[in-house]
Amino acid sequence: MLLEVVGLHCTRGYRALFSELAFTLEAGQLLLVEGHNGSGKTTLLKMLAGLREADDGQVLWDKQPIQAWGAEYRQQFVWLGHSNGIKDDLTALENLHMMQALGGEQAGFPCRDAKSCVSTSTVLERMGLAGNGHRFPRHFSAGMKRRLALSRLLLSSARLWILDEPQAALDRAGIQMFESMLSEHLQRGGSAIMTSHHEVGLRGPHIQRLVLAA
Amino acid sequence: MQETNAFTTLLKRDFMVAFRHRNEIFNPLLFFSLVTLLFPLGIGPSPTLLQTIAPGILWVAALLAALLAADNLFRTDYEDGTLEQLVLSPQPLPLMVTAKVLAHWLVSAVPLLLLAPVLAVSFGLDAHAIGVAELTLLLGTPVLSFVGAIGVALTVSLKRSGMLLALLVLPLYVPVLIFGSNAIDTAAAGLPVSGQLYLLAALLVLAVTLAPVAIAAALRMSVSQ
Repeated sequence: MLLEVVGLHCTRGYRALFSELAFTLEAGQLLLVEGHNGSGKTTLLKMLAGLREADDGQVLWDKQPIQAWGAEYRQQFVWLGHSNGIKDDLTALENLHMMQALGGEQAGFPCRDAKSCVSTSTVLERMGLAGNGHRFPRHFSAGMKRRLALSRLLLSSARLWILDEPQAALDRAGIQMFESMLSEHLQRGGSAIMTSHHEVGLRGPHIQRLVLAA
Repeated sequence: MQETNAFTTLLKRDFMVAFRHRNEIFNPLLFFSLVTLLFPLGIGPSPTLLQTIAPGILWVAALLAALLAADNLFRTDYEDGTLEQLVLSPQPLPLMVTAKVLAHWLVSAVPLLLLAPVLAVSFGLDAHAIGVAELTLLLGTPVLSFVGAIGVALTVSLKRSGMLLALLVLPLYVPVLIFGSNAIDTAAAGLPVSGQLYLLAALLVLAVTLAPVAIAAALRMSVSQ
């Protein structure tokens, strides 16, 4: 078992967003969190990432509460929130190097050895941003920025992806590319939790749906 | 090893961002020199008077410049989501925060340190007093950066937090102001200043060792909003 949520409870202001929420996520599974605007999807993701304390209940990773794991738990997942988490004043490649250094993978900024340079530029190619490595994201379109933000998924070897509206601002080709990345990750035995207003093109028994209705 | 790499990478990143955004360097510097140069114009050019008020003015201006610059420390990172990524990264947050504050100090306070002797000359301070002024600024400005960062980390999720930040942070700046300007005063009178310098050094050690933990905790809280 990978991630287990027991009796999770959340209030915002005086309103209960969700209570007694429970689910488990195994390796290779995808959890789609659904619900209308303001139903607490982002808040749930923040609790799963340990960004926000749960009002009640627990999030367990490998049968231990995530607070007990600390930095070790943060090594296990990649987070992509509403905001892209990229700096407009760094070129696309510099942004990727920063992601790598923070993720604790192989390092270099600006790239010291050819190996890390190659890997980041192949990531850019894969994301359809080839030739934009030395441009500033400030000149990118919203979709291109999102693609750059999604690159962190390819740079990391984390088992769990926590994604908030990953397809936001992506064009059709971008969404297709993201879905192929996602299914590859699931086939490798990774898991993912994501919110989405788009219909996800993946089908199968490994896809769970969680509907939040406030 | 991984941590040191993340530390240097973050330090370099903040440098690059600052140099591509040069107003982050020039604003505090310009503010510092304008404020210090306005005083002689407003008070009058009497050399004895200027010599007496110089230490206080230098330090108050440095303090306000530090406060002005501090607001930038986490603001853009908070807005573009890189702060969230930093908090969620497996790297130790106090260490990462130290890298950010260090970069901020190098960018915003070191130019000020370089300019201060020139301004001190214009107040008619002698060479010994200028040397001591430099030393106090060297010891004191990192304290301002680290302590200011605690306040910034607490208020970064609020809109228009400038006044609140000043209220939170300025009282904590007071010891640095007192010992800093007093040391220059004492030096100008030809008396030994090691006492004040040791106290400033002690404050620096305290700030460097304890503030990162407080900043990290405050950032975790701000990001969870």
